[in-house]
Order: sequence, then C-alpha cells, then structure tokens
Amino acid sequence: MANAKAAGMTRREAYEAKQRRRSLIVAASSTIAVVAAIMILVPMAPGWEKVQRSFFNGDVLAQTFPKLLDAFLVNIMIFAWCAPAIAILGLLIALARDVKSPALFPLRIFGATFTDIFRGVPVILTVYLIGFGIPGLGLPRPWNSPYIWGSLALILTYSAYVAEIFRSGIDSVHHSQRSAALSLGMSERQVMRDVVLPQAVRNVVPSQMNMLIALQKDVSLLSFIGPVEIFRQAGVFKSLTANFTPYVGAAIIFLIVTIPATRYADHLMAKQRRDRS
Amino acid sequence: MSKMLSATAISLALMSTTAIAGGHCAAGKTLTDGTLTIATGNPAYYPWVMDDAPESGQGFEAAVAYAVAAEMGFAAENVTWVRSSFDEAIQPGVKNFDLNMQQYSITPERDLVVDFSDPYYTAPMAVLVGAGAVDTAPTLDALRELQWGAVGTTTAVPKLTAVIQPSNDPLLYGDNADVNAAMSANQIDAALFDLPTALFLSAVMIEGSKVLGQFAPDLTDNPDQFGMLMEEGSPLKACVDEALAALTASGELAAIEATWLQDTTGVPLIK
Amino acid sequence: MAKLELRGVVKRFGDHTVCDGIDLDVEEGQMVCLIGASGAGKSTLLRCINLLEAIEDGAILLDGIDIAEPGLNPQAVRARIGMVFQSFNLFPHLTALENAMLAPRRVHGKTKAEVGPQVEDLFTRFGLADRMHNYPDQLSGGQQQRVAIVRALAMRPEVMLFDEITSALDPQLVGEVLDVLLVLKEQGMTMILATHEMGFARQAADKVCFLKDGRIVEEGPPEQLFANPERPETKAFLARALK
Repeated sequence: MANAKAAGMTRREAYEAKQRRRSLIVAASSTIAVVAAIMILVPMAPGWEKVQRSFFNGDVLAQTFPKLLDAFLVNIMIFAWCAPAIAILGLLIALARDVKSPALFPLRIFGATFTDIFRGVPVILTVYLIGFGIPGLGLPRPWNSPYIWGSLALILTYSAYVAEIFRSGIDSVHHSQRSAALSLGMSERQVMRDVVLPQAVRNVVPSQMNMLIALQKDVSLLSFIGPVEIFRQAGVFKSLTANFTPYVGAAIIFLIVTIPATRYADHLMAKQRRDRS
Repeated sequence: MSKMLSATAISLALMSTTAIAGGHCAAGKTLTDGTLTIATGNPAYYPWVMDDAPESGQGFEAAVAYAVAAEMGFAAENVTWVRSSFDEAIQPGVKNFDLNMQQYSITPERDLVVDFSDPYYTAPMAVLVGAGAVDTAPTLDALRELQWGAVGTTTAVPKLTAVIQPSNDPLLYGDNADVNAAMSANQIDAALFDLPTALFLSAVMIEGSKVLGQFAPDLTDNPDQFGMLMEEGSPLKACVDEALAALTASGELAAIEATWLQDTTGVPLIK
Repeated sequence: MAKLELRGVVKRFGDHTVCDGIDLDVEEGQMVCLIGASGAGKSTLLRCINLLEAIEDGAILLDGIDIAEPGLNPQAVRARIGMVFQSFNLFPHLTALENAMLAPRRVHGKTKAEVGPQVEDLFTRFGLADRMHNYPDQLSGGQQQRVAIVRALAMRPEVMLFDEITSALDPQLVGEVLDVLLVLKEQGMTMILATHEMGFARQAADKVCFLKDGRIVEEGPPEQLFANPERPETKAFLARALK
C-alpha cells in the first residue's frame, strides 16, 4: 500500500501491476519447466546419441556452414529476379481477370485459365515440366538455362497466387471510391490506376509478404533441375559426410531470413487490423 | 498334392534354419532369423540389377548379393529384397535391411556413420558426353570447358571439382534420370558417373550420347570402391567380409564381374 | 429551356423499378431538393443523371442535348456534372489537395502547376486552407465532405448533385457542410440535393420534389409544399419527417 503510493499509482494500478508480475512469474516458470523437460527427457531416449551425431554434429556444421551460406547467395539471386517479375505478372493477370471490354474477353479467359492451372499443379511439377521440357525443345545455350526456365516456373506459379491476392485487394476497395472517381469524369483505366490500385496494393501488402516468404523457401525447388542452391549443396554435403547436419544448417539459414520476415508480416497484419477498427 | 508340397516347403525351411543355426557366422545376427534382407535402389539400374528385378539374380549387384548370401549360408529363397534411398540408409535408427547394395562408394566420412563391407567392385569414373559434345578431345583441358552435371548425392561431385575443375559451376541433380533429362535438353554437355552406369546411360537412355573416356584409378587419391552398407556396428560385417574374401579367392567375384560388366573394357583413358 | 430536363426517366434493377417515369426541370442557378423516404429512388435518380447508372427509358437533357443516349461516352458528361456522395468520397491514399487535383490533371490533362493555384484558391475560399495537406483520415467528417465538394468544384462543373451528403455526419457537423451549399447557391450554381434535412430544404431550396416509389408525387416551391401539401402521401411523409 505504502509502496503503491510512493510510486504514485492508484489502487487499481497497483493491483494490476501485481497481477502482471504474477502472470509473468507463472509464464516464466512454466516455460522453464517445459524446456527443461525437453532437454532432460529427449537425451534420455535410447537413440538420442545417434540422432545427435547425425543431425546436430558440431564439426560437420562448422565445416559446411560457410559453404552453405555461399550457396544461399544463389537462392537470394533467384529470389531477387523472381519477386519483381511475379509482382508485375501477378498484377497483370489480376487486371486481365477484371477487364470488362468484350474485345478483351479472351484475356479474361486466359487470366482465369492461368490461375486455375498454376494454382492447381504442385510447384515441383511445374519446375520439372518447364525446367526440362521447354529447353528440351532444342533451345540453344544460354537460352535453355535451368536458371531461366526454373525461374519462369516459379514466376508463373507464384503469379497465379499473387494475382488472386491482388484481386481480393481490388475487391476490398469500397465501390463508392469507384463511383466518386467516375463522377469526376475519370476513365475506367484512370480510376483503376489512380484510385483503386494504390489502395488495393496497400491493402494486400501483408498477404503478399507471406507469399514472398513462401517464395524464398520454394526457390530451393530449382535444385531439382540443376542449380546448386543451398538445399542441393546441403544434400551434397549430406551424402559426402553421411550426415544430416548440413540440412539443419540450411534450415538455420532459412530461419534467420524468414523469422524476421514473418514477424514483420504479422506486424503489418496487426497494424492493418488496428487501422481498420 | 498341395499338402505334400507345403510339407516339403516346411521341411526345407526347417532344414535351412537348422543349417544356419548350425554355427554359421550369420546365425542370429540378421533382422529375421534365417533370412538375409538386402536393400537395393528404387528403381535399381542396369547393369547392377537387370529389369529392376533383383530377385532374379541377374545383374552384377544382384549376382554378387546371391553369391555372398550363399557363402554366408543363405539359400536363394532365404534372401529377401527391400528398396531404400540413400537417406534411409544413413538415417539414425533401426534399419529395415541387413545389407544395402547400390553402388555405395566407401568413404572415411560415411564410415563414421555406417559400416561398409570390404569393397566388391572398384569403379573407374567415366565421362558421359551429350550429343553436342561427342567430339570433345578426351583431355582434361578440353573437358574443363564443358558444362558439367552430376548426381549431387554421389562421390562424382568431389571428383569433379578435384580432378576436372570445370570453369563453370556444375549443375547437380537428384538422380540419374534427371541428369539424363538435363543432358537431353542440352543443359549440360558432360556428366561424371561410374563407368558401368555411364555405359548403360549412353547405350540405352540418352540418345546420341557417348562415353568419352574413363579416368585411370591413380588419378584420384582414393578410387571409388563399392561396399555393402550396414548399420553402424553391425555384427554381420565380419561374416560379409569373410564371404567376399572367399569369393575373391575362388575367382567367383571376378567371374561375376566378367559376366555383367564386360563392356567396361576398351574405354579410352582420359589424359 | 431549362439547364437540366428529365423526361420520363425509367430505371430498373432486375424486376424492381426504382425510377418509374420521372419528369423534372431544373433551371440554371436553381437549387432543387429531392425528399422522400429511403428507397424512394432519390439516390438512384442522381446516379442516373451522372450516368453512373444507365437508364432503361426516357431522356436526360443537359442544355437541351440528351446525355443518356445509349452508346455515348459518359466521361465528358460527368466532367460537367459534379457529384458528392454520402460517404467514402475521398481517396484515402491522397491528401486533400491531391484529391482535388487528380481529376483536373487526368481528365483535362493539366499539370500540377496549372491546376494548383486554382484548387488552392478553392480550399481557401471554403475555409480549408490549413487542411489542404492532410490525409482524409486526419479530417473530421464535416471537413471531409467539404473537401469532397471542393474536389467536385475543381472540375468547374455546370451542375452539382449532392446525395445525402450530411446523413452520415454527427449533428454538430451538419451545419458547416450546409453553409457551403448556401455559398454555392449565392454563386449561382445549379444544384440537385437528395436530403433528409427538411429545415434546410425549406429555407434554401427553389423547388422541392417529394418522391415515393420511384415517382415524383408532388413538387413545388418549398413554402407551398411544406405548408400546404396537396397529396395525402406528401402530408403523411411530412408529418413523420417533421415530428
């Protein structure tokens, strides 16, 4: 009581501070208990030593980690050219699906078919079919590079998803905004470009962030058609050392990138929810 | 009639069980008592296993498997086959095979995690080139300039970087079929395989391809030697090694190699 | 010839007839108020005049020319007729000033420098000079509606349509918006309002039309229509609305 007064708190504030301290202690001690249980019980399992040697081998990790980082540059490179291409193509597909002019009806059909196909086929199949199939038609080098066609497979697949997100963003813009813009004499195109799209794009930034995170991981699928990115490099080390630790190393590198990105996306989502309410 | 047959089968089974129990080195050390379980790839490739049917005993590894089994006291009908990937072979935990044979090269690193038998084959590395590169000179200098590919999970990868040192980064794949696809699509000029596999791919799988040459075993510090893979600390190792030693001494192993891998002679050396 | 003439305007949504043969003359500089219960067709009629909805039948004459002719490009017409809506008027990603400059720049192809002074002048005249650079969500509801009016005026329209522009506002903010309308009237703007503000209609309108079920049931000068309505429907509506 005297304490509370000294800190200048009301009775209610003092009570709530006490409650907060209590729940903090409970949360901390239960977390410690769970972590301790895992750390004590798991190593007691009969196969733990073997698992540790195969998956959490410090020597193997130290030996392979720098090269895994190098290989991750390949992932970053592929990601860096795919992401803008996906954004542009996704937007175009979204717009194609919304065109109203009858002359452009084929464009609409194309947009719908495109999204149906590329959302329906597993990414890895698209990577295989496009990555080996199109170069197999007899393109000369360097135009048959797996980097080109594998990237295209990712771009096509992700554009299909991104287009749907853009579409939902376009739908989320209040129809009065369209009316207001049209009533000023602006054309449908101008309304879309200057009024609807800027809002739509802003509304879907958090969802698109999640697509970027997924893309970052799926870049590894290109390893199936040749490029030695981090997943393949880890696989090479795995077979050389007969040890799965390089995969754990690769996972760590992915997490270093994706955890902050995921947190940021969540933060944007939460912010958007707050702004809307 | 059928009764009689089954009675015979039972007595046969009993006989073989007794035979092993009678003090042979593998007794009581296999997954299933009286049965030797051998793993191969999925699919298993020519000329190691013919037609992906190891139980036929046709193909080099299939034939070696049955010879080793016989030496260890297992009749052919007491050998069962399972399929496994490389990852399954090296993962910690209980294995579903006694022996795993799919051209596993013996390396010191792998030996830390699993056990290998003594080698049953020493495989020269060979260069397979696609249709666009068949005229390449079989010299290291010429090979260096090609676009290389290999199966990422094989010892071909370190050999490639150590011996050939290609100017462009090699492209790596998950299995032979994908290397095949990449070579057919002209995405790679050349790929490194063990010689028998290279010969098979060139003859059967990749149109217009050719085995340009093989590397002399002394080009690398440790030539690729295939061993049977076993669980780390497997009690069978001594017994398997003993069987292989007997087969080598009797000349049977060489005879099997001559039967199934005879094509490997006459491939020029790369200088 | 009236500035704007509606001749037998019919608008249907499916089987539902929202405007059922509406005739109306609006003289140059007149303020016409449309009153009536929600769903009477007031908003739809305004949207039809601005060609946001295509009419099924009838004609809409602006300076004697039918602007509802099917196949006509509506953009040029809309640029001559300004409209302000009940809510969600302003573009939230643009400042008040950018909101007002967007259409003149895009539709008339002018540069920022060309339209800037004129638009800023409008903001000043309507007491919004210190709000020009705010985004819509930094403005009060009343300010937002005033900016929406300024934005429409920036296109120099000949006719202004107001669709219940004070309905979504807190009562204490209604006055500042209606004051703007009075200023416009003084300047001679031709205006049509759909409104629930009976007091304002009575005080400021030149003509009041009572709509029910998509028809104009009764029209006349406000003092007559409010004090001595002829039709029983009008009497019933006013009795409820003025209670």
